[in-house]
Amino acid sequence: MNDHDHSHAPIINGDEPTAAARVRALQELLVEKGLIGRDDVRQRIDWLVSRSPADGARLVARAWVDPEFKERLLADARAAALELGLDPGPSPVVVALENTPTVHHMVVCTLCSCYPKALLGPPPDWYKSLPYRSRAVADPRGVLSEFGVELEDDVELRVVDSTADIRYVVIPRRPAGSAAMSEEELAALVTRDSMIGVAQSSAPAPVVS
Amino acid sequence: MHDRGGWPTDAPIDRSEHELADWELLMDALVGALGRRRLMNVDELRRGIESMPAGEYERASYYERWLYSVETVLGEKGVLAAGELEGRLAR
Amino acid sequence: MRYRPGQRVQVAARLHEGHQRTPGYVKGKIGTIERVHESFTNPETRAYGADGLPQQPLYLIGFAQRDVWPDYPGHSDDRIYADVFEHWLEEAE
Repeated sequence: MNDHDHSHAPIINGDEPTAAARVRALQELLVEKGLIGRDDVRQRIDWLVSRSPADGARLVARAWVDPEFKERLLADARAAALELGLDPGPSPVVVALENTPTVHHMVVCTLCSCYPKALLGPPPDWYKSLPYRSRAVADPRGVLSEFGVELEDDVELRVVDSTADIRYVVIPRRPAGSAAMSEEELAALVTRDSMIGVAQSSAPAPVVS
Repeated sequence: MHDRGGWPTDAPIDRSEHELADWELLMDALVGALGRRRLMNVDELRRGIESMPAGEYERASYYERWLYSVETVLGEKGVLAAGELEGRLAR
Repeated sequence: MRYRPGQRVQVAARLHEGHQRTPGYVKGKIGTIERVHESFTNPETRAYGADGLPQQPLYLIGFAQRDVWPDYPGHSDDRIYADVFEHWLEEAE
């Protein structure tokens, strides 16, 4: 495909960090040297902006309504995502961690910021922050308190540090009062933060009688 | 410096979020493109980030760290010549 | 695959020059094999442009938090997990 884009000299915008111009200059150099194509870059950006927690929420909602799907999800979350027509991302292994009445999971990457962005969208800044990376492993209950989550006394807290190429997604507990809801309505209760493990899923809106 | 698990800190977790700026999306995409073309892999990206001097590592934003790493690794490989990026910025 | 789920293992306490993905806080600690993952290229060599072969088995190791942090402020049955490569593991006594 012919690329008729004009190569603009990078415009230095005083509102941006100096890195911004540098990144644009880097792109121009790499494209000019024939090392990458603009299409490669465009496709990757399109993919990134297409990612959102809605995909992860669909996995969770299906697991809530379909116990056999849930078992498949827990055995191989990557295959389960593909089953629903979702993109599980480039990681060869995705693992779903099920929250239960006695176990709550929380995910962190202490070494950098590994995150299941294909299924959850881009990670929030706090997930990549130094305080989260250091405290999520050493004081996870303190971190949960900051996020407004108080676990019941008999709940065991399991923190998973994503140190390799495995990507972890938390399956939050189905909220009380949701029995009559459709799968689509249930998916709307599943928040990004609940799939990281720093929140519970949302409660259903009260029914006004 | 990058191995943060249990690093002593009293810092609260700042929960404000920002939508990725165009240059940040571009940075992410460049690394993806370099990976697809087998010019740089994710382990090199992480290693490059870890090579940042401590103060710079802590001050840099997330994608500024990626930029540092890519410049370092591509410089090592001779893909980017010393001063080449500066030269392009000066145009 | 050298280890099985449920087996007790100790993470090597060794220093490593260069890139590695075993967090400091688990080094020297004893945990249990929680999951046996497939094998992956070795990031320690791949980080320097090598191909990362031969692939190394990877395991999810679970630890009691109270075994990892001397002053762990949470509950006594809280646990922490990390993915660790086989060449960082030894059988625990």
